[in-house]
Amino acid sequence: MADKVRENAVEALSGLLFDGMTIMAGGFGLCGIPENLIAAIRESGVKDLTVVSNNCGIDGFGLGILLENRQIKKMISSYVGENKLFEQLYLSGELELEFNPQGTLAERIRAGGAGIPAFFTRTGVGTLVAEGKEVREFDGELYVMERGLVADLSIVKAWKADAEGNQVFRKTARNYNPMMATAGKATVVEVEQLAAIGDLDKDNIHTPGIFVDRIVKGAVYEKRIERVTTRTKEAA
Amino acid sequence: MAWTREDMAARAARELRDGFYVNLGIGIPTLVANYIPEGMHVTLQSENGMLGMGPFPYEGEEDADLINAGKQTITELDSSSYFSSADSFAMIRGGHIALSILGGMQVAENGDLANWMVPGKMVKGMGGAMDLVAGVKRVVVVMDHCEKTGAPKLLHRCNLPLTGAGVVDLLITELGVFEINRGKTPVRLIELAPGVTVDEVKSKTEAAFEVAV
Repeated sequence: MADKVRENAVEALSGLLFDGMTIMAGGFGLCGIPENLIAAIRESGVKDLTVVSNNCGIDGFGLGILLENRQIKKMISSYVGENKLFEQLYLSGELELEFNPQGTLAERIRAGGAGIPAFFTRTGVGTLVAEGKEVREFDGELYVMERGLVADLSIVKAWKADAEGNQVFRKTARNYNPMMATAGKATVVEVEQLAAIGDLDKDNIHTPGIFVDRIVKGAVYEKRIERVTTRTKEAA
Repeated sequence: MAWTREDMAARAARELRDGFYVNLGIGIPTLVANYIPEGMHVTLQSENGMLGMGPFPYEGEEDADLINAGKQTITELDSSSYFSSADSFAMIRGGHIALSILGGMQVAENGDLANWMVPGKMVKGMGGAMDLVAGVKRVVVVMDHCEKTGAPKLLHRCNLPLTGAGVVDLLITELGVFEINRGKTPVRLIELAPGVTVDEVKSKTEAAFEVAV
């Protein structure tokens, strides 16, 4: 078996980064983001990146640290509201932005990874999203054609993986990670726990190792929470 | 006395039915979860990948891996399940969600909804709203009746970029409830908030509507 496991995030990305490349980054908000690989991309200084990710982190964390370092040329996202620097860079013309409806973005990635170059969806018909795209009628309803999406590199965060790259995600940290794992020409997965071969339940692998080229156990996990929201315990 | 935010949420909750799978948007729609009638089983979907959303966690019990689509910490129920964004939107786009309750900037007589973008201002993105209105069986919009400037928001035609064309079934504002029916029939005012008159609604509405209260 080819050894997919790497010692650290820098090694896991070694030889895979180049200026002008497209990178898919898993996560929804700050939940389930590959924080160690993002830090290593910042350290590498690679630039002019097109980044496909639902959001763009926050100021100082997640993909926000690549914005600070001016490494991102274009974002393909569904929602970017949490980031002051993003707004500044966008309004000053330093950053390009392509909005995709969240479900369309997820399906474009799923399709790209599954070898499907385009699909039709009702989402966005009659809106700006459909401008310049083919609209076709099926069974009396209008649908807009959206293209499958692939990337030069996908960076994925799983909870656990074994050395084969079989992955298990945890709670809502799964989000875009499984599809992105399939849609990268190269896919690097970072995990909180590296499982021994045989320890993961084979019937409960969320994403099989075939989609994974390299695996690294993250050195540190901050796992910041964007909006801590709690309720108070009622007196017994 | 026009309705408060809580009143509007309570009114929206009357659209729930036993056994429904429901997606609630950010803002007043989130409050609808507090008004699910006792004994009614409703499953809340969070489009970032969860069915069966529980309440907010107790302080100190937050889990960074467990958030809702508004990025707030939440909890799971015994009946909850987790899935990917692609599966989540297969539920939404595929018509498996019975009801979506979401906010709005403008609603038009023809059922159009605008709620994601004001040209010339920083645009944050549509998130999952376009998918929800395109795929969910019944779409209920909860919004203020007028802009802060007093300009009406229930219009002949939206002048903001659309989230969806011909997608709104029902509109709830602080003044009353309107049947929009995706623009297939004339708009009908079907309920008034206490103390609100038809004349007041007319003076604050651009859209033509029939009165059926």
